Amino acid sequence: MSIKVLRPGLLTTLQDLGRVGYQKYGVIVSGAMDPYSLRIANLLVGNREDTACLEMTMQGATLEVEQDTLMAFTGGQLTPSIGNYQIPLWRPVFVKRGSVIRFGNCASGCRTYVAVAGGFDILPVMGSQSTYLRAKIGGLDGRALQEGDVLPVSKELSDHAKYFMNLFKEKAEKSFYLPDWRVRTSVTLPNKETVIRILPGTHYDTFTEASKERLYNDAFQISPQSDRMGYRLDGSELARSEASEVVSEAVALGTVQVPADGNPIILLADRQTTGGYPRIAQVISVDIPKLAQMKPGDSIQFSEVTLEEAQQLYMERESELKKIKKGLYVKRHEKTPS
Amino acid sequence: MRNEQIFIQPLSDTSIIITFGNEIDEKIHLQVQSLSKYLEQNPFKGFVEYVSAFTSVTVFYDPLEVLEGSNNEHSPYQIVHQTITSALGKLQTEVGHSSRKIDIPVCYGGEFGEDLEVVADHNNLTTDQVIEIHSSGDYLVYMIGFAPGFPYLGGMSKSIATPRRSNPRTSIPKGSVGIAGEQTGVYSLDTPGGWQIIGKTPLDLFRPEDDTPSLLQPGDRVQFKPITEAEYHKYKEKIT
Repeated sequence: MSIKVLRPGLLTTLQDLGRVGYQKYGVIVSGAMDPYSLRIANLLVGNREDTACLEMTMQGATLEVEQDTLMAFTGGQLTPSIGNYQIPLWRPVFVKRGSVIRFGNCASGCRTYVAVAGGFDILPVMGSQSTYLRAKIGGLDGRALQEGDVLPVSKELSDHAKYFMNLFKEKAEKSFYLPDWRVRTSVTLPNKETVIRILPGTHYDTFTEASKERLYNDAFQISPQSDRMGYRLDGSELARSEASEVVSEAVALGTVQVPADGNPIILLADRQTTGGYPRIAQVISVDIPKLAQMKPGDSIQFSEVTLEEAQQLYMERESELKKIKKGLYVKRHEKTPS
Repeated sequence: MRNEQIFIQPLSDTSIIITFGNEIDEKIHLQVQSLSKYLEQNPFKGFVEYVSAFTSVTVFYDPLEVLEGSNNEHSPYQIVHQTITSALGKLQTEVGHSSRKIDIPVCYGGEFGEDLEVVADHNNLTTDQVIEIHSSGDYLVYMIGFAPGFPYLGGMSKSIATPRRSNPRTSIPKGSVGIAGEQTGVYSLDTPGGWQIIGKTPLDLFRPEDDTPSLLQPGDRVQFKPITEAEYHKYKEKIT
């Protein structure tokens, strides 16, 4: 069982929830830029939440499915289609052997996650299938997908996957079948101007009063020089009131660093483990998915929350995912399945 | 552990940073090491991983698991803060801890160390003197960061300190040994960089296939051993 890559798209890589536990060796976490969409894609096809998916960026790949399978598309709207039919996001899809899945324009957001029931049969590196391009590890030979690649898919299917495969297969009149229900998600895709919530960073107090005001009052544009490692922001320059030396220390997902030129950088999935720039702010966990769907040229408005609120929101997000899981379980045990 | 210097603050909503001071010195390094070792041996419920640095330890945690593992009404951050505070009270830094001693063979100069003469000229030394000084130092691994397996070493003699190159190279091959200001280090991956390159080691500092993917760890003592080009190639053959 495998999936063949007819066209690779702009940047398509295998990503899961990252290489956790190796940062003390300087190993970058990597993983999905939008972990929320990845987790839901996996739930829809009955995988463990941390199974690797394909992450497509801005311009999707063209894939040929070489066996009947159950798939799901989540995250940014890169308009997937099979034949002449557009495939909606956020639901499980039965795809018949030999079908070709194409992606069109990037309508909203910029990263789509493609889950396949069973996951990919690829050797993990340090416990993860995530691709870390700079060190050429994980994923498929540590690189982005290329034309002609063949991705082996695991034959191990969960009960969830078997159930929906069989149910949808019977109903399928075309080369695919879609149920009339979808998962309802709380994360909205960003528009041109998006509010991103932050906590004060560890060096927040060392910035000038004017810089602190600008941080909350001015909009910042995502620069074209942005990638999986971090988003550079253009806009107001931020300055420190004391030029105290910053000793290198750990950074986190969403840490906002300010290098000497005064333009902030938000660290994302492929960030280094440590950094020596002052940190003015820290994006809260629940806003990372929304941020990861923003594109160069999009505009960010920062808004402050407390640590307590951020952790409260974190809990709410986790219980939402639990509800989705439960809802899917209920769907599977309905007497008259739709 | 005496707590007067220790500062604890959130880094993010899933991490907490414990700072033991703001000077890079061996005493603070020992405190960092001691908390790191404690966490390795006594991970609390919800502990994900830690990163030790020059003067700090950062602990990453899962707020949900932290709450599940606790029976009080506090926020995940407060619970972790309490856990860390009580751990700090139990730490013994006075106990001398044994460092691993690691030799790193280096072939200095030539095509492996194109900037050796720059370093010599900058410090009014001969290239042999630079090699002598660099390889007689006893270095301490303060932290691993910047790239997988990349060591931040302390203990280089100021007599060979040289500023970074004004135009960074686009790619420095892994294994290159360099000097940047008063620091020396070894590139663990092919990366762009502005360090003055004085030699190259045949050893891999980053080993993604191994259980411990970094050759060096914080707390190790490192010595550089000069080798000839022929010896360098012999090492390389042995490794592959």
